[in-house]
Amino acid sequence: MSAILFNLFAIFTVACALGVVFNRNTIASALCLLLALVGVAGIFALLEAFLLAVLMVLVYAGAVVALFLFIVMLLDVSGGERKPFGKATVFSGIISAGLLVVGLISFTKHGAQTTAELPAGAAASGSVLKAYGEQLFTTYLLPVQIVGFLLLIAMLGVIVLSKKFQGLEDIK
Amino acid sequence: MTVGLNEYLYLSAVLFAIGFLGVLVRKNTLIIYMCLELMLVASTVALVAFSRFNGTMDGNVFVFFILTVAAAEVAVGLAIIVALFRRRQTIEVGELNALKN
Repeated sequence: MSAILFNLFAIFTVACALGVVFNRNTIASALCLLLALVGVAGIFALLEAFLLAVLMVLVYAGAVVALFLFIVMLLDVSGGERKPFGKATVFSGIISAGLLVVGLISFTKHGAQTTAELPAGAAASGSVLKAYGEQLFTTYLLPVQIVGFLLLIAMLGVIVLSKKFQGLEDIK
Repeated sequence: MTVGLNEYLYLSAVLFAIGFLGVLVRKNTLIIYMCLELMLVASTVALVAFSRFNGTMDGNVFVFFILTVAAAEVAVGLAIIVALFRRRQTIEVGELNALKN
């Protein structure tokens, strides 16, 4: 059952990811990204990280893709159509992406590996909500604080970036 | 067929490669940005899979931080793209060649 679901989600996710890259319309690309993220959330649910699956849909699909769509519609770039790819670009892109996949697959084939199969009856540590809170407020307390500060700085940065400055010399 | 760690890693690798391909071949800054997000998500798949198969929490917690940083990154990056568009009226990387020569 889990194998069927994995295949389903994996094929769905990869197809939607390809849709992001090869779609002609920017908005369609953003919607493909949304579907791909939902597929990844499904994969997370299969890995019994339910909280992360929910967060994935909430944060990525809810906030990030909505922001992308908002910006795409705000800018409305050149009718949304993409130019045809250059042959050399596609060739080199496929070669490099293929090399990346081959490298990673050979790593999983020949690299040192301890846990290729799930031990029977192993408890999923990621499925317990309490474990996240415990970790976040004990072991990872400092990173949580730093990330909070990072969010604050990002907010200030966005405000500064989108402010109009008078009398600034145009670097065009 | 049993789904082991390897299958999840393959999926993660393929997703990452697709994102990488997109960054290389697309000319629209927004699409490049979406592909960057795709690469981040691919890495989170690998982290969660490792975490599940090793019975630890660390990978899952790390995905938390990746999510947060990705949200902040998207906000700043899109603000930069909007500022760029206001100044140059284009977001095609082929036309953004102010640093050329």
